[in-house]
Amino acid sequence: MSVGMTTIDNNAHPPQPDAKANVSADMQAVARRQRWQDWLFHRGTQLFSLLVLAALVGIIVSLFVNAWPTLQKFGLKFLWTVEWDIVNEEFGAAIAIVGTVLSAGIALLLAVPLAFGIALFLTENCPAWLRRPLGTAIELLAAVPSIIYGMFGLFVFAPVFADYIQAPVQNVLGGMPLVGWMFGGAVNGMGILAAGIVLAFMILPYIAAVMRDVFEIVPPILRESAYGLGCTTWEVVRRVVLPYTQKGVIGGIMLGLGRALGETMAVTFVIGNANRMPTSLFSPGTSIASVLANEFGEAADLHLSTLFALGFLLFVITFVVLALAKIMVIRAERAKGT
Amino acid sequence: MQANNALYKKRRAANAVGLTFSMAAMVLGLVVLLWILFVLLSKGLAAVDLNMFIQDTPAPGSEGGGLRNAIVGSLMMLGLTVLVSTPIGILAGIYLAEYGDESKTAELTRFVTDIMLSAPSIVLGLFVYAILVAPMGHFSGFAGSLALSLIAVPVVVRTTENMLRLVPGSLREAAAALGAPRWKVSLMITLRAARSGVMTGLLLAIARVSGETAPLLFTALNNQFFSTNMDQPMANLPVVIFQFAMSPYDNWIRLAWGGALLITLTVLLINIVARVFFRDRAAGR
Repeated sequence: MSVGMTTIDNNAHPPQPDAKANVSADMQAVARRQRWQDWLFHRGTQLFSLLVLAALVGIIVSLFVNAWPTLQKFGLKFLWTVEWDIVNEEFGAAIAIVGTVLSAGIALLLAVPLAFGIALFLTENCPAWLRRPLGTAIELLAAVPSIIYGMFGLFVFAPVFADYIQAPVQNVLGGMPLVGWMFGGAVNGMGILAAGIVLAFMILPYIAAVMRDVFEIVPPILRESAYGLGCTTWEVVRRVVLPYTQKGVIGGIMLGLGRALGETMAVTFVIGNANRMPTSLFSPGTSIASVLANEFGEAADLHLSTLFALGFLLFVITFVVLALAKIMVIRAERAKGT
Repeated sequence: MQANNALYKKRRAANAVGLTFSMAAMVLGLVVLLWILFVLLSKGLAAVDLNMFIQDTPAPGSEGGGLRNAIVGSLMMLGLTVLVSTPIGILAGIYLAEYGDESKTAELTRFVTDIMLSAPSIVLGLFVYAILVAPMGHFSGFAGSLALSLIAVPVVVRTTENMLRLVPGSLREAAAALGAPRWKVSLMITLRAARSGVMTGLLLAIARVSGETAPLLFTALNNQFFSTNMDQPMANLPVVIFQFAMSPYDNWIRLAWGGALLITLTVLLINIVARVFFRDRAAGR
């Protein structure tokens, strides 16, 4: 892209020997001015791009500084302490961590196969004239703000979920040994499972879009060879497309996981917001983001610092997940060249 | 032959199951989108009337009311966000596209930008609270705009870079051969050639931040009254929707649906406009 550019502008006006000394001096002046302007432009734009890095460092430092009193007081055991007692200032992150990980895990479990199905449909099976409108529809689903998913979850999905899924499932499985405990609790449509399902709706389009994009980079020759050998569509996707795009697919999934872990609004509306350890899939819980949204307004002193500690934790977790996702996607893109 | 036939049937069956599942997944995705839109339209349209645009958010327990202060607050904060994030995002994008191949810093910046694209927005709100709200001692519209800019800038940076990279290198070389300095090549040739793509990125960034709620909870908070002072807490649609939807009052919940419809239609409209805009320009060149 910019190969050769450096040489071009540095020697844009090479100094001429003797002869037209005046012109040459003029040109040199112009060249000097331009070189100076270019330097300014280069460093100036660089400064702006460094702002992004500065923001990242700022986020980590400021969260850590504000979280310090809590981290100092509770130490590492903050991570597995179940206590959440605002009056006596005893705090642990365990409930919120469990709620975050469980709801995001459920969301991933549901969204990944569905996203795979959608990507498969869009790349292999969809009539050409439908490809664009359907792809756009999925992308629009990704554009819907998360608070809408939350409201939809609270007012529309939760009642349906309580009547048609929770109640029957509890009747059938609730009494069973071994799995019964998973389906206990009040049937009101809210809780960890409901939050997971709403989150799944929300991250489905992200994952589907990434999967579709990486499926499309598979060279047609690979696909056509497989079809030529007599493979069915399913076999082509399963044995050729999926192995070829493995890294990109995993990257897309982790991108969805990052979103699910940090999502606030879609979760806060339906998770039930109870500071108790969830005992079943139907029981209300809380996630790191929803604790922040609910309690930040009234928090002070150590409580406030604890919320910062939770925010710091959330940022670190999502950062690691997203960084891994990004590395996978980059590797997948590189592999396409070989 | 018999065995082969059985294998053939098994493979056909597996294929049929797989493809049926894939179609079902597609249908489910569409059903969810239509379901959400249907609910929004049916509940939201019932709330949309003239009062929604000319009255302010009602006090607890009072009748009627509208969303005027929230709509104005949201627009003002969005406006400032666009003013802040456009130059930062575009200049940073230019750096990554034009000088980005030469340095490790650029590579790191690109990586971090991609992560910031999906960073939990509530944490960005915490960050702005820590650096701006806490020292100033009060919530403000400025803080809200800063939090939104932190979300918008990475979107603008990445789309600008991607669009500039689509500009053919020969265009840059032609300009350079005529003696244009590099900054002129960047600003007047490549940026202009990529104009529609960059605009698309800006539109998508606006769409992205206009529904963001979590970062505003700790920064702009809310304001029950009409205010155009950005140094004070400021009403905004997402936070109003959040508070009203969780409330026990019928007229609040109704207004929340009205606001939700307003935001969603705006976001979807911007998305569609961005797509059409980009496709037409790209095709017309």
